[in-house]
Formats: sequence, C-alpha cells, structure tokens
Amino acid sequence: MATPLRSEVIRLYKNLLYLGREYPKGEDYFKDRLKTAFLKNKDVTDPEKIKELIARGEYVIKELEALYYLRKYRAMKQRYYSDGNTE
Amino acid sequence: MSARVLVGVKRVIDYAVKIRVKPDKTGVVTDGVKHSMNPFCEIAIEEAVRLKEKKLIKEVIAVSCGPQQSQETIRTALAMGADRGIHVDVSGKDYENLGPLQVSKILAALAKKEDVRLIILGKQAIDDDCNQTGQMTAALLDWPQGTFASQVDFQEDSLKVEREIDGGLETIKIKMPAVVTADLRLNEPRYATLPNIMKAKKKKIDTVKPSDLGVDLSSQLEVLSVEEPSQRQAGVKVETVEDLIKKLRDSGRI
Repeated sequence: MATPLRSEVIRLYKNLLYLGREYPKGEDYFKDRLKTAFLKNKDVTDPEKIKELIARGEYVIKELEALYYLRKYRAMKQRYYSDGNTE
Repeated sequence: MSARVLVGVKRVIDYAVKIRVKPDKTGVVTDGVKHSMNPFCEIAIEEAVRLKEKKLIKEVIAVSCGPQQSQETIRTALAMGADRGIHVDVSGKDYENLGPLQVSKILAALAKKEDVRLIILGKQAIDDDCNQTGQMTAALLDWPQGTFASQVDFQEDSLKVEREIDGGLETIKIKMPAVVTADLRLNEPRYATLPNIMKAKKKKIDTVKPSDLGVDLSSQLEVLSVEEPSQRQAGVKVETVEDLIKKLRDSGRI
C-alpha cells in the first residue's frame, strides 16, 4: 500500500473509533463492525479503490455526526418543549 | 469588529445517562458516570464561533467553573472553535454549593477583567434546570439581556435578538455590552471531532481561583432532599367488560 494512503486509512479508522464511543448500541457493537468492515478490504491494493473506500468512510462519519446531533436535539425537545411533536 | 465574546460552558452528566439518586438523598450519583458539555452550552459556543467566522468578533473565550475535569469540557469548546479557555477552579465543598448566583458572580468578574462585549450562555443546564445564570449575570453587570434567543443579528454596537416566548417570538434590539442566552433552535452545533480535539490541546487554558477574582462563593441555599420522581403504578389487564366494570366498582371509580 502506498504510504500516504496508509496513514489516511489509519486516521479514518481512529476517527471512526472515536465516534463509536457514543454509538447508541454501545461502543463494543460499533467496534466489532468497524473492524470487520476494515478487515474485509484489507487486500485492496488499487489506490483508486482505496480512495473510494476512504470517501465512503468519510461519508459514514458525516452520517454519524448527524445521527448524534438529531438524537440529542430530539431528547432536548422532548424534555423541554411540551408541544410534543418530535419532528 | 474587535469585540471579545465570553461563553460559559457547564460540565454536566451526559444527557443519555439514566440519572440515579444517592441512597442518602443528598444528590445524584456522579462518580463513574459519563459527563459531557451541557447541550445548551454547545449551542452558545456554536453561535460565538459563527460570529467569529463571519469576522464580526475577534476572540471567543470559553469559561467553565468546577473541578479539574471541567477542563475536558473547555477542551471540547476549544475543539468547536473557541480561541482560549479559562478554568475557574472550584472543587470540594465549594463545588457542591456552586449555584447560578455564584457562577454569575464569577462570570461578571471575568467579563470585566477580560473586557468582553458580549456574553453568550446556554439558557439553562440539563442537570439543575435553573435557567438563572444568564439573567443574574446581566443583572450583576447591569447589562441588557436577550434570553431564549432563537436568532441573533449582530449590528454595529447592538444586537437584534429573536426570543422564544410563550406562544410566539419576540424580537428585541439591545445595546452591547450584553448577555444572550441560547435556546434550542438558535443553531445546530458542530461535532467536536477527534482531529479538532487534538488540535485544541495546543490552545491555552488559564486556571484561576474564585478568590483571585474577588468572588465570594458562600451560598444561602441548603439542599434538604433529592428524590426520584414517583413511579407510575403498574396497570392490570381485564378479560371482559364485566371484569372491567367490577374492577372499577371495587376501586370506587364508578
């Protein structure tokens, strides 16, 4: 694997691990899945393909951030705004 | 504009944690429980950082009062984009007594010391739900206040604040220096990502003691008892209408 991509993949993995700490189903659940997902592609050598996979990882990061934001927003709304509709 | 903004951030038990009351009814269990930044404080930080990104202000200072661990909360604020932090070290007995009045005295003293033009706070914290700190800070400084803000427009030396009030919105114009407290709909706070948290470690956090600011932390309040909300009683299933009527009769409802 080309060196610049290697560090990028590791960084992506670390960022995802960090985000996984808040995962609603638990950190362990997330960690297992994350590891499986990365191991599944461990033999990929084509740089283009690796970039594509990194982009997918970045997308997952965005999705997780959105998920956490919405979850918190909904919890606050339910607790403090009695008009009740949860959007 | 070269104004400084002070943002208060509070370390509270994470919103997703199930709260447990201590058996002796003196408070809630905090040991070994996940803590994070109060969600309304995140909104306050986000608003300040956006003002900075629009180049309307010069510097965002995040301040938190509490024990050593409060620095983690300040670090989160720095990762979201605040420029520097001030940790007001309050621990032990003083921390137990720390309420909105004491915090607002600290914030007012810091506002004068750091020469800030605007204080942004969360409207309330999700642990004690006091909703007082912003108002008290404004009163102590004799500054105008825009509470429950759902929109803030920065003008030359004043602010246009849209406030969430019962049954609608109120728009007010206040002169700066001022205090603004953030409501839920003000903005969508960004996530403090790992790379940003690492970068935030380079930013400076000053530690001060309340006595350095000349603030007296004594409290006139005494907590008598902290109790769980009463549990809903379990219901029963009935097989037939007759059973239902019998049960209702027996319990004296009809």
